[in-house]
Amino acid sequence: MGFLSYLISGLGLGSVYAIIALGYTMVYGIAKMLNFAHGDVIMIGAYVSFFALNSFGLSLPVTILLAVTVCTALGIVIEKLAYKPLRQASSLAVLITAIGVSYFLQNGAQLLWSSSTKVFPSVFGNGSITIGSLSVSILTIITIMTCIVVMVALTLFINKTKTGRAMRACSEDKGASTLMGINVNSIISITFAIGSGLAAIASLLLCAAYPSVFPTLGSMPGIKAFTAAVFGGIGSIPGAFLGGLLLGIIEIFAKAYISTQLSDAIVFAVLIVVLLIKPTGLLGAKQNEKV
Amino acid sequence: MLQVSDLKVNYGMIEAIKGISFHVDDGEIVTLIGANGAGKTTTMHAISGLLKPASGSISMDGTDLTRTAPHKIVSMGLAQVPEGRRVFAQQTVEENLDLGAYFRKDRENIKDDLDYVYDLFPRLKERHTQLAGTLSGGEQQMLAMGRALMARPKILLMDEPSMGLSPLLVSEIFHIIEEINRKGTTILLVEQNAKRALAIADRAYVLETGRITLNGTGEELANDERVQRAYLGG
Repeated sequence: MGFLSYLISGLGLGSVYAIIALGYTMVYGIAKMLNFAHGDVIMIGAYVSFFALNSFGLSLPVTILLAVTVCTALGIVIEKLAYKPLRQASSLAVLITAIGVSYFLQNGAQLLWSSSTKVFPSVFGNGSITIGSLSVSILTIITIMTCIVVMVALTLFINKTKTGRAMRACSEDKGASTLMGINVNSIISITFAIGSGLAAIASLLLCAAYPSVFPTLGSMPGIKAFTAAVFGGIGSIPGAFLGGLLLGIIEIFAKAYISTQLSDAIVFAVLIVVLLIKPTGLLGAKQNEKV
Repeated sequence: MLQVSDLKVNYGMIEAIKGISFHVDDGEIVTLIGANGAGKTTTMHAISGLLKPASGSISMDGTDLTRTAPHKIVSMGLAQVPEGRRVFAQQTVEENLDLGAYFRKDRENIKDDLDYVYDLFPRLKERHTQLAGTLSGGEQQMLAMGRALMARPKILLMDEPSMGLSPLLVSEIFHIIEEINRKGTTILLVEQNAKRALAIADRAYVLETGRITLNGTGEELANDERVQRAYLGG
């Protein structure tokens, strides 16, 4: 394997991180909270897809639709039940609640489906495309394409639709948004819905690449994607993409050229260095107040 | 048009507004003057629904605003220019103005109102593609006013529009407030700049540590000895 193929698999892995990181960054941007249960929504999505494909024999498009629907609904319900009552509470209380929701989902999954690992069926096959000496798996191509589609669609949504513009307004100033007639609660709800729906898509891509399903499956990708969001500048949508892609590339390069065992440590070390130099992340907004 | 009765508002543990009553009639400019911390902004936030009153009522044309969802209040014809402008810094001037008309469905009229705002504030038209965060303080104030006007309000609440502006700009802003009022919009103005506010107000109230201590026409209060001593530096 050469440099170019490492780069492409890094982009593939990074695409998954980017899609997950969007959930963190959008929720942070609007609700100003870190939703640490986000990774576990991925896990739920993985189980839903697993059962849909394996036990019910549903087709891939139906499975995707089902997983997205379930995760979207789950995101809305989590926000309504766990976070909305804490809107006026301290951010520490919200953070602890998010960790609580995360444990609740993990243990719930363990109770319902046991802690034993289930093998995710192959969905995109093992095919690959070879150009000269470079061989790229179909899965990697699908993953990167999905990431691009999500990026374009989300950017259009945020900038061109009325709801998207209301989301941008809420991320800047909820009080002033309310004065404009924006229903801040429903905007927060929509944000959770989008983030969780994207988590479902990420879960399929993740399980297609690493075909094991278990209750804590979302933890590590969740933490990595959170890192990616911070890396890119939490609250910034382009930042989540950039952070995700870079994180994936760094991880694969670290595995390939330095050490497989140390790759995660290297990823986090890079994050620390970036935050030391630029505390708001790569594309993080600098808050300027004008008088 | 707007009737506030025995309003009490708590700010955390502090009783910030201790039972005030006042009203604004159709077509008037009414001003609420008072020192820093008297409760002016708290009153404004209670009216526009950003703060929940502890007791009392706020009604507009007979509808109780304290029972209305905060985001619905603007669609009833009450818009606010908040203290400190609070424009959306990361959005352009025109996007800010569009957000002012967020709840409206009447597209054709929105275009007319945009022209009206640009007529009132030609500077905003010149800078319509610029990010609001890059505007000067005075321009941001104009944008906040324009944004509120995009709601086509019956009554406009303005919280400290002159704060931090040069005397020249303050004059310009006050002229525009009178102009907006002449075009038929009722105005409730909160100001620390009591002299200017009383000069344009039909009626005025003096707010002191959460209570209304004086009221009268703008002229009466401007000539009142107590007001002169406390607020007009005389």
